[in-house]
Amino acid sequence: MHFRPILLGAAASALCATAAFAERGSDGQLNILYWQAVSIMTPYLSNGTKDVEAASLVLEPLARFDEKGDMVPYLAQEIPTLENGGVSEDLTTITWKLKEGLLWSDGTPVTAEDAVFSWQYCTHPEGGCAQSPNYGDVTNVEAVDPQTIKVTFGGPRPYPYGPFVGAQSPVIQKAQFANCLGANAPTCTEANTKPIGTGPFKVVDFKANDVVVLDVNPNYRDPVKPAFANVILKGGGDPASAARSVLETGEFDYAWNPQVEPEILAQMLAAGKGELVSAFGTLVERILVNQTDPDPALGDERSTTKHPHPFLTDPNVSKALSLAIDREILVETGYGEAGRVTCNLVPAPEINASKNNDWCKKQDMAQAAKLLDDAGWTMGSDGVRAKDGKRLSVLYQTSTNSVRQAAQALVKQWWNELGVEVELRNIDAAVFFGADPGSPDTLQKFYADIEMFANNFDGTDPEKYLGDWICAEIPRPETQWQGGNHPRMCSEEYDELHAQLGRVAGAEKRAEIAIKLNDMIVNSGSFIPLVHRGRVSAKSNALGGVIMNPWDSELWNAADWHRVQ
Amino acid sequence: MFAYTIRRLLFAIPTLIVISFIIFALLDLSPGDPTSNLPLTIPAEVREQIRVSLGLGEPFHVRYLKWMQQFFVNEPLNVIEGLTGWTIGDGDRMRVISWQTRSPVVDLIVQRLPQTLWVVGLSYIVSVLIAIPIGVVSAYKQYSWFDQFGTLFSMIGFSVPTFFMGLVLIVIFSVKLQWLPSIYDTNLRVTDLQTFWMQVKQMIMPVTVLALFNASQISRFMRASMLDNLSQDYARTARAKGMSERVVVLVHVLRNSLIPVVTVIALGIPHIFGGAIITEQIFRVNGLGQLLITGIQGADLPLVQTLTFIFAVLIVLFNLIADILYGLLDPRIRYE
Repeated sequence: MHFRPILLGAAASALCATAAFAERGSDGQLNILYWQAVSIMTPYLSNGTKDVEAASLVLEPLARFDEKGDMVPYLAQEIPTLENGGVSEDLTTITWKLKEGLLWSDGTPVTAEDAVFSWQYCTHPEGGCAQSPNYGDVTNVEAVDPQTIKVTFGGPRPYPYGPFVGAQSPVIQKAQFANCLGANAPTCTEANTKPIGTGPFKVVDFKANDVVVLDVNPNYRDPVKPAFANVILKGGGDPASAARSVLETGEFDYAWNPQVEPEILAQMLAAGKGELVSAFGTLVERILVNQTDPDPALGDERSTTKHPHPFLTDPNVSKALSLAIDREILVETGYGEAGRVTCNLVPAPEINASKNNDWCKKQDMAQAAKLLDDAGWTMGSDGVRAKDGKRLSVLYQTSTNSVRQAAQALVKQWWNELGVEVELRNIDAAVFFGADPGSPDTLQKFYADIEMFANNFDGTDPEKYLGDWICAEIPRPETQWQGGNHPRMCSEEYDELHAQLGRVAGAEKRAEIAIKLNDMIVNSGSFIPLVHRGRVSAKSNALGGVIMNPWDSELWNAADWHRVQ
Repeated sequence: MFAYTIRRLLFAIPTLIVISFIIFALLDLSPGDPTSNLPLTIPAEVREQIRVSLGLGEPFHVRYLKWMQQFFVNEPLNVIEGLTGWTIGDGDRMRVISWQTRSPVVDLIVQRLPQTLWVVGLSYIVSVLIAIPIGVVSAYKQYSWFDQFGTLFSMIGFSVPTFFMGLVLIVIFSVKLQWLPSIYDTNLRVTDLQTFWMQVKQMIMPVTVLALFNASQISRFMRASMLDNLSQDYARTARAKGMSERVVVLVHVLRNSLIPVVTVIALGIPHIFGGAIITEQIFRVNGLGQLLITGIQGADLPLVQTLTFIFAVLIVLFNLIADILYGLLDPRIRYE
């Protein structure tokens, strides 16, 4: 047995060589805390960010977005484009090629059939798939060969990266979900909570709304990753204590979204155990200005285009309202690291962000007052401006949420100073965002003059998002009060330009149109941008490799996370 | 007594049916929608599809009857199957499915029960063990320094809310001293001394917070009841017969004073199952209380309906038990 020591020596030197890169599973346990506990591990049936992000540790799409909003191939070999022939000349098909030798965590090969099945699963009419908009307009997905997936659209799609891109539309295993199509989807508890995936980790234990335990996926395509051997994804509690567990007690490595008042976070950061990481996507806290009359006396016709608003259709008024707001203070008091001033509807990515509206960045009371004076709105004896018997008096509604109520109070103060009477109202979030056509208090019905909330879009392409502002999208009784054009802005010019966006390919040309559309909305008087809101999470100093990503799951590169000493 | 018990049990059935209807109707009428928590990027048609897939497309009475069948027939059959290994019928029954997690509600409850029983149940036992001696001594030595201290203790326990007390403990013992974990690990399995010690450590703070709150209440009941009985004729008789103070207080008076306290304790037991919503949330014990609150936040109606109904059953049941116990302990009160 003379060769035994030699073999051991060889093995030891081999280990030393890879140790420099940190080998798979060498860094022990990673503790992640989501104060909104994870309910389910399939984004297709999920109710929100927490579930989509938890699932991203296990399930992967063909390509993800990186922190700059650029696409990175994950299961695919490369990103198909017009140039490399992956996107057809007529813009109606896109063809993806899978990487060689991909395996599911159970050891079976990943094939194009799995992607075809993922599409069938999500578009089944009885399935109630939450992510079906990602497959909107897809007429067929076929497996050309085991490595090649061809997606066909109903018409030309200048931006064909909806299906199988990003955390919302991953590829699921056909063998595991085969019996879970349509109405059977909820009955597959095992598959829904412990999906077999291709990501760096696999689920070993799942306690709904409590904790998920994950281990290294032995078949992960990169043999030296991930550095962590297992992950505990704990849920529950409140944002403040989540932040505390990373920044003060150090029990956890990463806490998602510590939505706490900036000064409390600053105190916790003083303990020196961790830091905040933030990144800005497309979420914008905004004020919408109703272009139609919400007067209750109009009965069924209130807040419909039959009755234009008596004074908010005057662009001078909404411009003055916008100028009177000190956005810096809104950011400081409500968002801290998680917010910055914006004057746009589409604030990111960089290429799509307009620089033409920067007048709103600084509060200018004098200018605002002058605008109203010039437009004939004179100050009355009661401190409220009026013109032709119409008083500037508005009802300002939003959802119940302490940050929003604080912002409402500040805005009210500024507007009162300007000579506008403001009545505040807040509505339970479940009702306000509930879109129930029977309720008078939804944001779509807009039975108020002013409303405030935040909205964003998935991915980096704003076409669909900007499509919310065309005339046809105005919520009205005929559409059961559905539609994305909440302030009821309507301009033919806008509709035409938006239609043009649907025909133009190429990032630069699309950005040019997107900026024009954005500027039309900002100057239409129906939209007042407030705060560009980012994602913030807390991470321990002992955790390395975290790159905050606003365009995909925050845990998108968990395979690269590692322990730092 | 037996006839009385049977009568009360039979009477509980219509009561529970009425309660189940009220719970179902109230939750159904309340505003809120399971799709309202979805991001705004999800269009209305998709929301509608999700609603239909959750069974919301059907009228109220159909959903109510379905839930009744699932809860009263299918779920008990499932439990019987699970316990005995038999297969009744084809074994394929509609179960009460949570909207949020798409998994059977009863499985979720079974998963959560151990944490809640351990933490909240133990705190209840601890509080009874603390409260009764305090109550007895406080009453026996009324207005002594011990009584004053006991009063102060129960005032603090009763008036300081659990969320504040929990936070204070976390700041002292987790943040400053770093002795105890602030987050409860529900995956911890006790296999040896070390894991047992970890389990003890993570239970200390939540149990303390809850025990303090319960003990302050029970000790006041105990004290009042003892004071009533100490001045009774039979206590004087016992003393006149030459019994030692020990026997008078601990045998004669204590037994009689315990009667109303036992009722109070029995009536409090359903609250153990209800979990301590706030305390569970603070320490992330993730038991039944936290399950209920996440269900409410996510407008997960089947989960909330089933949980509240189970609580209602427990309350009705323990009311009955308290009444029967009262009769057993006090022969003067017999329901015939």
